[in-house]
Amino acid sequence: MKKDMICKLLIIGTGPGGYIAAIRAGQLGIDTVIVEAKKAGGTCLNVGCIPSKALIHAAEEYEKVLHYAEGKSPLGIGLAAPTLDLGRTIAWKDDIVRRLNNGVAGLLKKAKVPVVHGWARFKDGKTVEVETETGPQIVRAETVIIATGSAPIELPFLPFGGNVISSTEALALKTLPATMAVVGGGYIGLELGIAFAKLGTKVTVVEAESRVLPLYDAELTRPVMKRLADLGVAVLTGAKAKGVSAKGDALLISTADGADEKIAAEKILVTVGRKPVTEGWGLEEIDLDMAGRFIKIDDQCRTSMRGIYAIGDVTGEPMLAHRAMAQGEMVAEIVAGHKRSWDKRCIPAICFTDPEIVSAGLSPDEARKVSPEIKIGQFPFSANGRAMTKLAEDGWVRVVARADNHLVLGIQAVGVGVSELSTSFGLAIEMGARLEDIAGTIHAHPTQGEGFQEAALKALGHALHI
Amino acid sequence: MGEHTIKLPDVGEGVAEAELVEWHVKIGDIVREDSILGAVMTDKATVEIPSPVQGEVIWLGAEIGDTLAVGSPLIRLKVEGEGTPTQAIEDQPGELEPAEPKPLPETTKVAEAKPKAEAKPEPAPLKAAPVARATTIGAPRAEGDRPLASPAVRLRAQEAGIDLRQVAGSGPAGRIGHEDLDAFIARGTHAAGAVAAGLQPSNEITDIKVVGLRRKIAEKMAKAKQRIPHITYVEEVDVTALEELRAQLNKGKRADQPKLTILPFLMRALVKAIADHPQMNAIFEDDAGVIHQYGAVNIGMAAQTRNGVVVATVHHAEARDIWDCGAEVNRLADAAKAGTATREELSGSTITITSLGAIGGVVTTPVINYPEVAIIGVNKIMMRPVWDGASFVPRKMMNLSSGFDHRVIDGWDAAVFIQRVKALLETPAMIFV
Repeated sequence: MKKDMICKLLIIGTGPGGYIAAIRAGQLGIDTVIVEAKKAGGTCLNVGCIPSKALIHAAEEYEKVLHYAEGKSPLGIGLAAPTLDLGRTIAWKDDIVRRLNNGVAGLLKKAKVPVVHGWARFKDGKTVEVETETGPQIVRAETVIIATGSAPIELPFLPFGGNVISSTEALALKTLPATMAVVGGGYIGLELGIAFAKLGTKVTVVEAESRVLPLYDAELTRPVMKRLADLGVAVLTGAKAKGVSAKGDALLISTADGADEKIAAEKILVTVGRKPVTEGWGLEEIDLDMAGRFIKIDDQCRTSMRGIYAIGDVTGEPMLAHRAMAQGEMVAEIVAGHKRSWDKRCIPAICFTDPEIVSAGLSPDEARKVSPEIKIGQFPFSANGRAMTKLAEDGWVRVVARADNHLVLGIQAVGVGVSELSTSFGLAIEMGARLEDIAGTIHAHPTQGEGFQEAALKALGHALHI
Repeated sequence: MGEHTIKLPDVGEGVAEAELVEWHVKIGDIVREDSILGAVMTDKATVEIPSPVQGEVIWLGAEIGDTLAVGSPLIRLKVEGEGTPTQAIEDQPGELEPAEPKPLPETTKVAEAKPKAEAKPEPAPLKAAPVARATTIGAPRAEGDRPLASPAVRLRAQEAGIDLRQVAGSGPAGRIGHEDLDAFIARGTHAAGAVAAGLQPSNEITDIKVVGLRRKIAEKMAKAKQRIPHITYVEEVDVTALEELRAQLNKGKRADQPKLTILPFLMRALVKAIADHPQMNAIFEDDAGVIHQYGAVNIGMAAQTRNGVVVATVHHAEARDIWDCGAEVNRLADAAKAGTATREELSGSTITITSLGAIGGVVTTPVINYPEVAIIGVNKIMMRPVWDGASFVPRKMMNLSSGFDHRVIDGWDAAVFIQRVKALLETPAMIFV
């Protein structure tokens, strides 16, 4: 048996929530230990945000070049048909992931936070046993942060394995499937579906709801629907997946009008959501209160047990890395004795489809629930010079504000590259900007960001370029 | 026009630095030759700094409370003709003397009062908070609305333990800015409570710099209480006979003899008692672990001045008769009050008497005048009924509340010493034999 480790703060999981908490705790001089069963960085860095963005970028580039090769580009660029070595693409992606793994490990080292590698399991509220390669390691801590994250949801009639894959496997395919069925038209399914479609796979999206990306309003998703059609992605809404064909080469579904259908699919990508990882690490030993499937937390990320905090995906929606990071930072400061509580006004969400979707704050429908009267200003990129020069005229920016005091409640955008606008959207809402604040800020020309200012001006009734 | 710089002169007695305790001038004032610019304080004495020239004050080199090295620039004047920027007033000996008795201005000069500025967290608010802001500025938030404030303001509020829902925002859309938070903090959290008619809550905070004599008192008291484990012993003394004797002596005194208070008698009694208990008349040099017992009985007496308490010393009480003691007590009390006591007169005591008798009070717990080992506190003489074995008789009773350094004086010895003093005072003839 190894000698027990004793620390002030133990963090379980090195995902964005866990490693940020560890770095901040290290900065604050808290004696901290972090446990990781796999590689540093969690889902986000290893099998989520980062590798998917790498694949999406590669697909974008390939599709662009293919477009040139087909002689369809108005830019006048022509070239020979491109080739794709998916193995090399994945190797490039893996290299980025590896560099970031090392980066996180380096940051933890710099923060003087030791990493215990292995699977952690609570023995009681203050004691965790880690199954390391070299035997069990007991870690005793005054305070514990649970940051175990989430995992893809598996459908009972489509268990992962063989041709049925999750996003994790989709990001590691060595050869391009000719056909792919995507079960679940949420953001993960569409991001990956679009990427594979661009790379040349025939993609069919099967969504049980009446439309894809049900979390975003229909207006926001419309440009994406148009693009899906352009890319030849079939979208079957109101359709239910039922299982794999006997041969394993097709997905069995029941369509919106109840007919059974067979969709040829070399790979079946199941992206019906993610579930918190609440099993296997001894939750039953500490018996925390739950909020549905998630660990119940308060506005300081405290669980029902004193001295145990939980952050990130394991605590609920939105399951986003940047929410976990903000929670991790906050909890480290609370553990250091600072007075903190969750007071964020918005957690921007981005969908890296083509075009991209950004939403910060309230949608018009949500805003109507909190404010009797609202003003909406929407500015299309078709009236934006920079968007035109980028062949990115599809999409728009929309600002939602209270009618009485012009306080900005929500900002949404859809369009090529709008993910980078999320920062100014978030800033505006956190700072409590009014329409006049955004309208009165000089936005550099020519940028797509001007669309943000114009949308605010439009809500005020005097947009200049429309 | 030229400039004339006045440096802190050598205030004598081998003093290397002095604390600025008063400014009599401010920037823009015209000063005449010999008018007093300010005062500095050394260990005990306060020294006034006169102006050697006439001119306009353009720069002050220190704030009240600052300690200045001798020779450092103190003040700069704009003068007629060529300036002599480096001239220090030690060039003009004779101008300096211990401060004359001087009426202090109405407002105590060491108390630099100003409205308390809130501790400004970073980033500092763009402008000072107008404390008198109306309580409700800006559109009132509807019920359930989240308060609107930037992350920086929210962080400050959290750290100050303030619920932003309680704070009115003066910004557009009711946004709460740093200045709103400042105003809320300045108003205090009780402002929301009901206010009785005609009674206004005051949230005024006056900052008073602890400087000069007050600082020295503070340091000395803290040191005495930190280092010395005090034992306090209170005993009552029947002073009926002593008071009769005192009345007789005062009635029959010559014109050149001082009016005797109780103090000279107590001093003489102490001299007698100390002869038997020399350990009470000592300086305990605790860092060195040495007690210096003195043959001289130099009795300090606490004297209240406008700026605080000082201890004036009747040196060699063992060599003074009752009249001499009385005369010295009166002289020193006047000098201390007037601020003319010299350093020698304000130091060198080996045991101290403190008397609040004039005000009243039954018991005090006096603080030993560090590094001495004993202090005798005199309480008010009061007529009390005393059982004489057959009946109650009215007697003039006085309590002595005394403190001893318990590190070097045991309770037993302290009690025996005070009993000796009591016996002497109750039978005053013994004082004189």
